[in-house]
Amino acid sequence: MSEKQLMKGNEALAEAAIRAGTKGYFGYPITPQSELLEYLSVHLNNRGGSFLQAESEIAAINMVYGAAGMGERVMTSTSSPGFSLMQEGISYIACAELPCLLVNVVRGGPGLGTIQPSQGDYFQAVKGGGHGDYKLIVLAPNGVQEMADFVYLGFDLADKYRNPVLILADGALGQMMEAVQFPDYDVKAHTVDKSQWATTGNVTGTHRVITSLYIKTEKMEEINLKLQAKYREVQEKEVRYELVRTEDADMVIVAFGLSARVSHKAVEICRAQGLKVGLLRPKTLFPFPEKQIRDLSAQVHQFLVVEMNAGQMLEDVQRHVSGRVPVEFYGRMGGLIPTPNEIVDKIKMMYTHINSMEASHV
Amino acid sequence: MSDSRNEGITCEFLDECDVVWKRPDSLLDVRLHYCPGCGHSVVHKLLMEVIDELGIRDRTVGIAPVGCSVFAYNYLNVDMQQAAHGRATAVATGVKRVRPDRIVFTYQGDGDLAAIGTGETIHTVNRGENITIIFINNGIYGMTGGQMAPTTLVGVKTSTSSTGRDVKQHGYPLKIAEMLAILPGAYYVTRTSVISSKHVRKTKKAITAAFQYQIEGKGGVSFVEVVSNCPAGWKMTPVQSNKWLEEKVFEYYPLGDIKIPDKN
Repeated sequence: MSEKQLMKGNEALAEAAIRAGTKGYFGYPITPQSELLEYLSVHLNNRGGSFLQAESEIAAINMVYGAAGMGERVMTSTSSPGFSLMQEGISYIACAELPCLLVNVVRGGPGLGTIQPSQGDYFQAVKGGGHGDYKLIVLAPNGVQEMADFVYLGFDLADKYRNPVLILADGALGQMMEAVQFPDYDVKAHTVDKSQWATTGNVTGTHRVITSLYIKTEKMEEINLKLQAKYREVQEKEVRYELVRTEDADMVIVAFGLSARVSHKAVEICRAQGLKVGLLRPKTLFPFPEKQIRDLSAQVHQFLVVEMNAGQMLEDVQRHVSGRVPVEFYGRMGGLIPTPNEIVDKIKMMYTHINSMEASHV
Repeated sequence: MSDSRNEGITCEFLDECDVVWKRPDSLLDVRLHYCPGCGHSVVHKLLMEVIDELGIRDRTVGIAPVGCSVFAYNYLNVDMQQAAHGRATAVATGVKRVRPDRIVFTYQGDGDLAAIGTGETIHTVNRGENITIIFINNGIYGMTGGQMAPTTLVGVKTSTSSTGRDVKQHGYPLKIAEMLAILPGAYYVTRTSVISSKHVRKTKKAITAAFQYQIEGKGGVSFVEVVSNCPAGWKMTPVQSNKWLEEKVFEYYPLGDIKIPDKN
């Protein structure tokens, strides 16, 4: 483990990328992720990799396609409008099953929007985003330490499942400074054999082809079924989450990333006032902690979903609660971050409502 | 690899004969999907001959485009990646940047390279990526059924310019090779055709030079434009299409070197 250092989230992620053995980085400047690009432009070429500023996000994601096809650890990073531009390429990467790491430091949208933090790209991240049936593995860090940690995890999962992995951060996580430590990570020990499919040159007489084109419908369905089987395996094996004070909770907040950070504080305030509130924080947005939501819905009398959007993960929570108990939502948009007190006020309103409902049944 | 089409054919004079046609080792022994008379198959063969003669198959990576040659990887027995429409040179850049020791080429049509991928084409050349671009310019979108291309000549009728390309509506045919040649990152830019054996030999020479420059790694992009035909899309016989090339197309897209490396 390295010494503790004070770093911006974007820089910590970039440093971790170098330590995780990134051989190629291809990106385009956009606020609030440009520090990532700047850090790698200074350091990556001297530390075993190749940095390239592309002419657009469209070019960048296709450079990632090509470089990932060579079996190397490669990545890109961007922010919301740039991530939209990358969707076509990501769909190709998902179908061709090329492992790579993507980073979206989300800002407020839609449109050119604002450069302030947001979680408005949840749907785009977990529901595909581009054309066709595919999924990214989506990791949601809640601070600078996880901005770094999820790089190693992301590359490992990408290599293991031959699938693109997305770190879904936001402008605040990218910009804020916190203490961070980098783990001892042996790149060689984490290197996966890719010689079966990487297009490094035809030495056997039989060539290898990386493609997402299967013109025969039966073959295309076969590829789709294979992808879906992989996503089911990921759902079974790779769910990661954090529980805070849920053992005796009668109300649970579900929140990810920065919203979870704020919600954690709200839980502490509520607990100090005797309210039995807990927090479920998904670290993986796909695979989503479906079972944990289902289990908690047998325990609590209501859920609150907190997001920096109009209610996107809300739909996934509702799906797995399946109407057993009420699911309320509190969100801010346009680059605003909810405060702990706003969340506490919402929680108190929910308790009042439930109590009055119970009173009316007496 | 044996050529099944030659099996059972015996000739007592075979050893004394000159070989006039031989499938290169790296051209897979499968039926090509290209229309009769189309230039793609000729260029495929030349490309594989060059790769075999230079002995670089074990370190060559090809990038297939979207367009008629989208299935190039079904014929070319080199490791290949299929790129999104227009993005072949970006994909090639990614390949070359993480593996500079590989020989990388893209094989692209005019819609791919000079319309949807213009940005990637210009910036890849401008960066001087040490790659080879084989550009098949047949002035039409063949795969999608004969629509107007960026390179379609003025007045030519296509399914999206039914009264002929009108510059007021569609602008001018794009001479992208000349545009690219002015960039410092372009090392070698040439324009050839495959309408006769003489031109086929010239094209092979150009493709060989393009790969040799990349192997030597002296300059930047080596770019070979082959002005080709599309008998089906042009609604002509192969012979008529070659005549059209000679009479009309070469006038607008003149054959020959556009930029050659400084001999010093």
